[in-house]
Amino acid sequence: MNRSNAEYKKYADSHAKPSPIVANCIKAFFIGGIICTLGQLLFLVYSGLGMAENNARALVSVSLIFLAVLLTGLDLFDNIAKVGGAGTLVPITGFANAVVSPAIDTKAEGWILGVGAKLFTIAGPVILYGTLASVIYGVVYYIVTLVMGMI
Amino acid sequence: MGKKTLRFENAPVIFSSASVVGKKEKEGPLSDYFDMHDPSDKFGLKTFEQAESEMQRTALNLALSKAKARPEDIEAVFAGDLMNQCTGSSYGLASFGIPYFGLYGACSTAAEGLMLSAMTVDRGVFLTAAAVSSSHNSSAERQFRFPLEYGSQRPPTAQWTATAAAAFLIGRKEDGRKGCAAITEALPGRIVDKGITDANNMGAAMAPAAADTLLRYFIDEGHLPSDFDLIVTGDLGHEGHSICKELLSSEGLELGDIFSDCGIMLYDAKKQDTHSGGSGCGCSASVTAGYIMKGFADGKFKNVLLIGTGALMSPSSVQQGLSIAGIGHLVHLTSVS
Repeated sequence: MNRSNAEYKKYADSHAKPSPIVANCIKAFFIGGIICTLGQLLFLVYSGLGMAENNARALVSVSLIFLAVLLTGLDLFDNIAKVGGAGTLVPITGFANAVVSPAIDTKAEGWILGVGAKLFTIAGPVILYGTLASVIYGVVYYIVTLVMGMI
Repeated sequence: MGKKTLRFENAPVIFSSASVVGKKEKEGPLSDYFDMHDPSDKFGLKTFEQAESEMQRTALNLALSKAKARPEDIEAVFAGDLMNQCTGSSYGLASFGIPYFGLYGACSTAAEGLMLSAMTVDRGVFLTAAAVSSSHNSSAERQFRFPLEYGSQRPPTAQWTATAAAAFLIGRKEDGRKGCAAITEALPGRIVDKGITDANNMGAAMAPAAADTLLRYFIDEGHLPSDFDLIVTGDLGHEGHSICKELLSSEGLELGDIFSDCGIMLYDAKKQDTHSGGSGCGCSASVTAGYIMKGFADGKFKNVLLIGTGALMSPSSVQQGLSIAGIGHLVHLTSVS
């Protein structure tokens, strides 16, 4: 009891059972893999139906977003994500869930101050910093190509 | 060290109590002890916030009807919940017309309400008082964490906010009968902050506060653990309870097998995926109103110590990196003979 705060924090951290990282990684690997395989399957089906590659790719994304939204609405997505972790978060399914779940959640507070204001509470930072990162990437790319052109 | 334990010479009694729980709590090991549950967790209402208020309303109505009492018979109600500005309680209890005191003690609210009820009834300020508290997993998740359907993972130390509410009616000694519990002592907790900043490890944040109160009671004042049938914290969960035990051991206090925790008791750790166990104002409230009161009624318990433990933080304080303080309010329940 007479430990300093820093000592107590250290003790509490060492006392806490760590998350099962290896098992989580394996589960994320397989569930993420299943989602990507499903995407590839859809691509083959759409291509097989005579769709142009660009359109087929876009439709795969749309289909996966639709599935993630549907599963979120059916109260199933969070149960899959609990096991899948980053395996469901990193593919486009995670982004769809991050936008739809606040939409469902905040409906009771109305369309403007509820859904409208809170829709991007989770996805917002991803969009903001994703855009920022792509701008930085673009500038770096521009400078690199300029320099490479001069050599 | 701190103020001494309050002794209630007039031994106010809990003459009625009732508990209302959600689906997960009903599926847990204490299933048979609760008065009512709703498998949908919505209690017939549109939002989870309204459902939480309805749970308080139902719990108080049940407690009143068990005692064949009317709202007019109760002179004050001390109530609290986890929602912003305590709206679970104010909306839930408005229709009763009982003079109302809103409390915020996080998970310690039930013990705080019992303590204040006992203090006021003991001194004759009120002839009767009620202590009501609630928490709802879905309203708490929305406020403190993520949207309900958002797919995220919880670390092993995270606790599960219970969907539960309970009401206790406290009256003078004359209102009691055999099988009731009297509140004979209380030791108000102190705010203890040991620098924990992880909102997913509230057990570690609250454990030092529980230990502080228990050490003041047993070591400073010389009470004996052997006088008790059950010493229960509510709710440190598996993580916090184990830390609390170690903190007490290091000060030479061993409470043994009678030392448990409402958050551990409410759920089946193996089957229910609640990680470190239950939390929330409704957790210790429903375990006390259900399991502990039944133990007194059956003559199984003669003396029980409840240490309501709360993590005193808000979503903003956590986001700003402030540490989470804890509090532990002790209430001594004794059987009425």
